[in-house]
Amino acid sequence: MMPTNNKKLLEQEPGEIEALLPWHAAGTLSARDTRRVEEALARDQSLAVQYAAIREEYAETIALNESLGAPSSRAMTKLFAAIDAEPARKPSMSLGLSTAIAEFFSKLSPRALAISAAVGAVALLLQAGVIGAILAKQQAGSFQTASLSGPRDTAVRGPGQETGPRALVRFAKDARISDITAFLDANQASIIESMTGGMFRIQFGDKPMSRQEFAGLMTRLQSEKIIELAAPAQ
Amino acid sequence: LSGTQAASDDILIARIAQGDRLAMQVLYGRHHVRVFRFGLRLVRNEQVAEDLISEVFLDVWRQAGKFEGRSAVSTWLLAITRFKALSALRRRKDAELDDDAANAIEDMSDDPEVAVQKKDTSEALRKCLTQLSSEHREIVDLVYYHEKSVEEVAEIVGIPGNTVKTRLFYARKKLADLLKAAGVERGWP
Repeated sequence: MMPTNNKKLLEQEPGEIEALLPWHAAGTLSARDTRRVEEALARDQSLAVQYAAIREEYAETIALNESLGAPSSRAMTKLFAAIDAEPARKPSMSLGLSTAIAEFFSKLSPRALAISAAVGAVALLLQAGVIGAILAKQQAGSFQTASLSGPRDTAVRGPGQETGPRALVRFAKDARISDITAFLDANQASIIESMTGGMFRIQFGDKPMSRQEFAGLMTRLQSEKIIELAAPAQ
Repeated sequence: LSGTQAASDDILIARIAQGDRLAMQVLYGRHHVRVFRFGLRLVRNEQVAEDLISEVFLDVWRQAGKFEGRSAVSTWLLAITRFKALSALRRRKDAELDDDAANAIEDMSDDPEVAVQKKDTSEALRKCLTQLSSEHREIVDLVYYHEKSVEEVAEIVGIPGNTVKTRLFYARKKLADLLKAAGVERGWP
């Protein structure tokens, strides 16, 4: 038999909708939950009374926090003194990619917003992954592949004699920056250029590869989950 | 926090990972007040809360390269702030300046009953909000002030989503009890 105290506690547990009321007040519920809560509020008077109390709590919590003021400039001074004392960092290949993609996205953002019928839809895309959003928007137009025929040399190299081979790559819509940076690190690759059609020109290593090695690389790229399309490039 | 700002925060973090000091300044300017207020509500000491900000953003500077973008930058910041605040509170406890002492310091102003005598229910409510336990305070602030979803609060506090919901429910019940004791009836519970 359940001890009385536990039973009492269980009786005090909030109902499923009741527990969501504070998030409804704050406007942070999903569209589905918002609808469920609104329907429940319309038919349950006691829930509506509780919701009114929650709205008061919500307003006063904001007022209380806003009354706390702001920190003095001492905090910022201290922070940047500490940052200046940090050892200089070497830019890494993968972080360079993150920045490139992020910058790329920032350039597209106004256009994406203009295309989108609702800003909320864009927000959802963003939550699903920054990369996904970039590529999804980029792929709206038609796409033509660059030359798919490989170089005729026995060794495959980039434009410079001592550079690694290059490929055109389009990442999957749901690929995240972390996935892409991990992929680049694993392949000693770096992004050379972002192109139309959501494509990126990527260089692999800094040494030429034999045709056989390059063919193996292309096969691997095409089987990568985060890559939608890969083709040899100059 | 809009989706656009969340994406823009991601860009800043990517630049910070590259050692971009200006990006750090922008991110700091955008979030330091909320970080400060969240920290202050937990540690209840302005000096300590200011020190927290420097520590939190210095962590961001150092760890930006490891940020995977699986959560919003603001959620990440609040999680770091909470961790630092709890560490600061533990250090203070060691120095026998625990949370109770902090409560005592804060309670030197009007108590809720006095506030109601002034016919100011809002003020009583704010007063009672400061009297919640730190566990209840943080969850109330995260949901109402920092506008965090159930999942985000779960990530920041490190508890399951269902516990987030029940904890906020109990925080609200405690708040209602405090208000009732102060003579404020709101028809719930």
